Amino acid sequence: MTNFWWIIGGVLFALLNTAAGLIWVERRMLALWQDRYGPNRAGPFGLLVVLADTLKLFFKEDWIPPFADKIVFVFAPAVVMLSVLMSFVVMPFGPHIIVADLNIGLLFFLAMSSLGVYSVVLGGWASNNKYALLGAMRGASQMISYEVFMGLALMGVVVLSGSFNLREIVEAQRTIWFIVPQFLGFLIFLVAGVAETHRLPFDIPEAESELVAGFHSEYSGMKFGMFFIGEYLGITLISGMLVTLYFGGWLGPAFLPPVIWFAIKTFCFILLFILFRASMPRPRYDQLMEYGWKVLFPLSILNLLVTAAIKLWLNT
Amino acid sequence: MFSLVRSMWLIFLHMFHKRETYQYPEQKAPLPARWRGRIALTRDPDGGERCVGCYLCAAACPVDCISLQSTEDESGRRYPEFFRINFSRCIFCGFCEEACPTYAIQLLPDFEMAEYSRQQLVYEKEDLLINSQGKYPGYNYYKIAGMAIQGKDKGDAKNEEPPVDVKSLLP
Repeated sequence: MTNFWWIIGGVLFALLNTAAGLIWVERRMLALWQDRYGPNRAGPFGLLVVLADTLKLFFKEDWIPPFADKIVFVFAPAVVMLSVLMSFVVMPFGPHIIVADLNIGLLFFLAMSSLGVYSVVLGGWASNNKYALLGAMRGASQMISYEVFMGLALMGVVVLSGSFNLREIVEAQRTIWFIVPQFLGFLIFLVAGVAETHRLPFDIPEAESELVAGFHSEYSGMKFGMFFIGEYLGITLISGMLVTLYFGGWLGPAFLPPVIWFAIKTFCFILLFILFRASMPRPRYDQLMEYGWKVLFPLSILNLLVTAAIKLWLNT
Repeated sequence: MFSLVRSMWLIFLHMFHKRETYQYPEQKAPLPARWRGRIALTRDPDGGERCVGCYLCAAACPVDCISLQSTEDESGRRYPEFFRINFSRCIFCGFCEEACPTYAIQLLPDFEMAEYSRQQLVYEKEDLLINSQGKYPGYNYYKIAGMAIQGKDKGDAKNEEPPVDVKSLLP
């Protein structure tokens, strides 16, 4: 039983520190890709910029606009943190480091990431602000439609491994990582994952060049910080899921412990997310929806059907 | 689709490019010689003040940050009794330098004048005067101008004809 609490504490500690550290990582990497240095003054390599940012967020005026729906306004940022942190419950960080070994782990992940939509919608709605509402509307439709083929793309993995349990999915990749048989599914999940975390290039719910800051325009102080940390946790979550489902999770040569393998792979995907941000232009809203429903949706169904057909054919 | 991947690769390669940043406090940015920075009052080659207190700079200043009072010394040279520039207002447009008939007021390539209190940004004459001729070495207004001062009468200036008695030119 004590072991169990250690795992929960360890996972929470690691995740929240990762999310905070990503502030520094993202700014540093973006700077590198733009021929700058990024934060390099406070502390070694500018690492203390994380501390400075956090202190700033804590001491900023925590203002609730008088026209806002107060209860929902306060509630919305908590939803994003909660839903993302809950998704990590089913993530296998190592052979035995898993908070809850659910037999429907993948479905639980999908359900929790869908709940994340509520934070965007409620936050935008409760702000009682045109831009926030526009952002929330965009966020709702974007996340709900990308949710569809995110799930469908994952079904290919489920067909191959024959389980919704993430630990068993990882175990099923001992012979070959699912990136090889499920390359199309991987691409679709990657795109859907970027849209799901509303990161650039799919950050149209916040789109600062058109909508001020979209659904969190009215937020300040630590309530904004929750959205901020929620976004970074979302990146970590999607990266972790990509690793778990397609890159063999914690599997790797034995000279490093499994957790380290998991961390290295996840970090590579986090860097990829930041590279997306550094290099891609934001699509127009209708282009995003069209791309989703007319390209990714048929592709994910095709992927599922072909995978299932091959699986059946091999079994008979 | 391919172009997206290509642009991602090209941007990834930027990681290994040279940085554009000047690490400022340690590494100064090269300022052009005509950079419009801190305003200074220059001196003529003999070490005297160039400013003659004509108020043209104060008149030209679009934000009215220059104030001065001109006066005259015993030799007949005009000079500012006080000369005050409020740098919290100054926009470093350089109009004062353009307006100055004696090259006295000049803008220098120096911008490091931050202070903790606004009052510190009000520069008095002794803060503004520098021991240099600035951009116009060798220029001495009273040696060129036709104004009579002690020790130099009308017509004694450089390239100046002796004064003509206009009444002698009457037909």
